[in-house]
Amino acid sequence: MSLAGQYAIVGVGDTKVGRVPEYSKTGLALLAAARAIDDSGLSRDDVDGVLTSQMGGTFIYSLEIATKLGIQPRYTTVMELGGATSVCMAQQAAVAIEAGLANAVLCVHAQKQATEGQRPRHGGALLRGFDEFDRPFGHPGATAVHALAARRHMHLYGSTSEDFARIAVAERLHASLNANAQRREPITLEDHQASRWVIEPFRLLDCCQVSDGAGAFIVTSAKRARNLQKPPVYLLGFSQFHPHRFISDQNADLTSTGAVVSGPRAFAMAGLSPKDVDAAELYDCFTYVVLTELEDYGFCGKGEGREFIKDGRIEIGGSLPVNTHGGLLSQGHVEGMMHVVEAVRQLRGNEVEPARQVEGAKVVLVSGHGGQMSTHGSLILGTERP
Amino acid sequence: MTSTNRPLPKPDEDSDEFWRYCSLHELRMQRCNTCGHFRFRPSVICPNCLSTEASWERLSGTAQIHSFVVVHQQMVVGYDQVPYVIALVDLDEGPRMTTRIVDCEANDLSIGLQVQVTFEDYTDDISLPVFVPSKSRV
Repeated sequence: MSLAGQYAIVGVGDTKVGRVPEYSKTGLALLAAARAIDDSGLSRDDVDGVLTSQMGGTFIYSLEIATKLGIQPRYTTVMELGGATSVCMAQQAAVAIEAGLANAVLCVHAQKQATEGQRPRHGGALLRGFDEFDRPFGHPGATAVHALAARRHMHLYGSTSEDFARIAVAERLHASLNANAQRREPITLEDHQASRWVIEPFRLLDCCQVSDGAGAFIVTSAKRARNLQKPPVYLLGFSQFHPHRFISDQNADLTSTGAVVSGPRAFAMAGLSPKDVDAAELYDCFTYVVLTELEDYGFCGKGEGREFIKDGRIEIGGSLPVNTHGGLLSQGHVEGMMHVVEAVRQLRGNEVEPARQVEGAKVVLVSGHGGQMSTHGSLILGTERP
Repeated sequence: MTSTNRPLPKPDEDSDEFWRYCSLHELRMQRCNTCGHFRFRPSVICPNCLSTEASWERLSGTAQIHSFVVVHQQMVVGYDQVPYVIALVDLDEGPRMTTRIVDCEANDLSIGLQVQVTFEDYTDDISLPVFVPSKSRV
């Protein structure tokens, strides 16, 4: 039996995003988790599953979070898929409940990079492959990875820095309407073009924020969700595809993401197509990634993203608002968790500032993307069961 | 020998042959004895056919630029001389690798440009395979 619409997100919570020196990473995670429990209308004792991201490599971290919330879980594990983790946690939660391992699964991610700096999140061993075959050449990590990919896309499809600028400007516009955004001052295409090169072809305004913050959500069965305090947001379709670990893999395609496989599968599960999507919260560590995701999900053909994003189409009020919270580029970088939280709030209605509410939103696509364009998760959320 | 505080690779059981050959200024990669597939990064198993039998074969050292970027801001210890060029290159034998393109002007580079391996010596054991534009280019 298809799981389409059988599970729902019933609670979301978050913290301030930006610089939050007063709380530890664990503290932020716990605050967001407690807010998600409160938002759901479930009692703490109803929550019997806990998933966390790795958040820095602490041993059995998901159980530390559970214990500090007073939960002895029937199901817990740490998940590490980089920026795809949050979207994939939602899927894992549904699968665990379906298998009878838990009834309600709390999913949490926190980030503390604004005040702790961009030191490697992992003890070192987990970055071994990068440290041996990338970093010695002066390769700093994600920015170079995605700049290499962007250059290839520019070469093959004629996309330009001016195209990337439209994405930065749209997301900043949305962040300017979000009280919990790290960067709220609007920018223009000219501001983008005047910003300095970081790693060419990326300018400063092509790059995401570096942030502190946390978010959490709770997944339970559609049946259980019916009697809770907020309208359920159903998991209509989901899928994952993880094409390679490093873009130096000879088969790695720099001009597409795993969405070329996971996107169609998620839409098929939901019985929907791209034209049914009212808004898209697309993982956006760099502007270019949004461009290729729009193509990979089939909102337009490969190489047509640069035309698709013109004329305000991806701005609120356009036909496909993208990253209505401001995304990693402007709201802040909580590794994709806030994309899920934002999608839920948009679908509930009346939970975000009215100026950035997508009117009548019934279906929202959320994507997660991690590593060296390595991991990808697709999640289609909606207000109505199929 | 380049004196440096740059991060250097720490070879392990799977990769020490690769780096040992680099220190001899030879670019060698594992080629599967069963299916002939060249693989990189080093591994005990062929990702094409799962055979564990392989030989370290010397490569031509000729490659084409798959993509390249220009780093304008110091982000890695020891790389304080910016700008410099990081690239992915497709070796003629098939594998792709991360590297730097040296002795070039970034404006002269393009995707598809032919490049040739050369080695930067850091320690007795570690030399990095970097690339220069091939002399035959127009």
